[in-house]
Amino acid sequence: MSTSTLLETRDLGCIRNDRQLFVKLEFALEAGDMLVVEGPNGCGKTSLLRILTGLRLADGGEILWRGVPIDRLAGDYYEQVAYVGHHDGVKHELSCLENLRLARAMGVPSEQSLDDVLEQVNLYAYAETEVGSLSAGQKRRLALARLLATDSMLWILDEPFTSLDRDSMAMFALLFEQHLEQQGLIVMTSHHDISLPGQKVQRIHLGAQT
Amino acid sequence: MSHRLSLLQAFVFLLRRDLLLALRNRAEYTMPLLFFVLVITLFPLALGAEPVLLARIAPGIIWVAALLAAMLSLDSIFRSDFDDGSLEQILLSAHPVAVLVLAKVSAHWLVTGLPLLIVAPLLAEMLGMPTSAQGTLLLTILIGTPILSLIGAIGVALTVGLRKGGIILSLLVLPLYVPVLIFAASAIENAAMGFEVSAQIYMLLAFLFLSVSLSPWATAAALRMSAS
Repeated sequence: MSTSTLLETRDLGCIRNDRQLFVKLEFALEAGDMLVVEGPNGCGKTSLLRILTGLRLADGGEILWRGVPIDRLAGDYYEQVAYVGHHDGVKHELSCLENLRLARAMGVPSEQSLDDVLEQVNLYAYAETEVGSLSAGQKRRLALARLLATDSMLWILDEPFTSLDRDSMAMFALLFEQHLEQQGLIVMTSHHDISLPGQKVQRIHLGAQT
Repeated sequence: MSHRLSLLQAFVFLLRRDLLLALRNRAEYTMPLLFFVLVITLFPLALGAEPVLLARIAPGIIWVAALLAAMLSLDSIFRSDFDDGSLEQILLSAHPVAVLVLAKVSAHWLVTGLPLLIVAPLLAEMLGMPTSAQGTLLLTILIGTPILSLIGAIGVALTVGLRKGGIILSLLVLPLYVPVLIFAASAIENAAMGFEVSAQIYMLLAFLFLSVSLSPWATAAALRMSAS
């Protein structure tokens, strides 16, 4: 292991419904690296991401953050991680601002003001609007706004571009690039092709049929 | 680099969020209270004009109704958070999950347990419970209902991932509620007859401290299991 490695997996394996999704999965990411997990539906992309967040236990192997297993780090790992999964994780009865305030309270608040964050994801006009009345794409943008509202180094994103329009996709691709330039890490799955020029992008392909 | 909030701030924040959500979903949260009032008002109608009998069984009626009302409201502690993915965000928080769980359970108690404290004396009066027992009634509700929320949270956390967890939840939780029911009802009965009640109250307090200190950890562990 080189000293600059931040996130590393060893021998990672996952079994679901008696099917072996992947075994001996190994990768290492340094600051500014991005990992794109590819593969057909049901090949274990989401499972891999959830294992990386610690929400799901791996069926073998371990995940190291700065050389320490993540289950030993607990809160110290979670304050570095921001996760956007299939579910947006936003409360429909609360306004955009209230939702982001909660996200901040749960993690480490970033230095940007929440107004700036909403401005960046084009939701400033909806700051006080109840999330339930927003469109699916706007909810997704709000979920992704959590990444900016908190000061997390590792972004774990499961299909972040679901229900986003072309402009928003380009906008978030740009934000991802900025995050990588600021020495952040991104692990994501996506069926949409995104091009991030000049970045160190690793790709893992998980095969389905076993 | 900015820092994470203190644990107390995060606790208060989550508590406030849940109270705000309850305020915006008023209909859902007034149902258990309404149920409590309705069940108790139906008893005098069903039993007829028997003031002596009513006064005698009043402690039991009130506590059984409180128990069922609590059961009715339990699912709401984690259901919506589980469905919309907020629960994952809570589990991935930098703060200890057990403390956040305690914040959510406290909010649940403030919304469902505390109102019982306000209406119970009126209902006790209606059933003809002797005035000497009403102080004890309030005390048992004050100590007992948080226990119901705390124990219930473990059950909900275990069953929230199941599609039809309702029946399992009642089977899991109800046996654990029985000691609270027994000691609370017996305390009120003793008070009505003018006897000492401290033994029962101490037992209830012991249950309360036991569940405050153990239930958040068990609930947090169960939530992790349900979420994975």
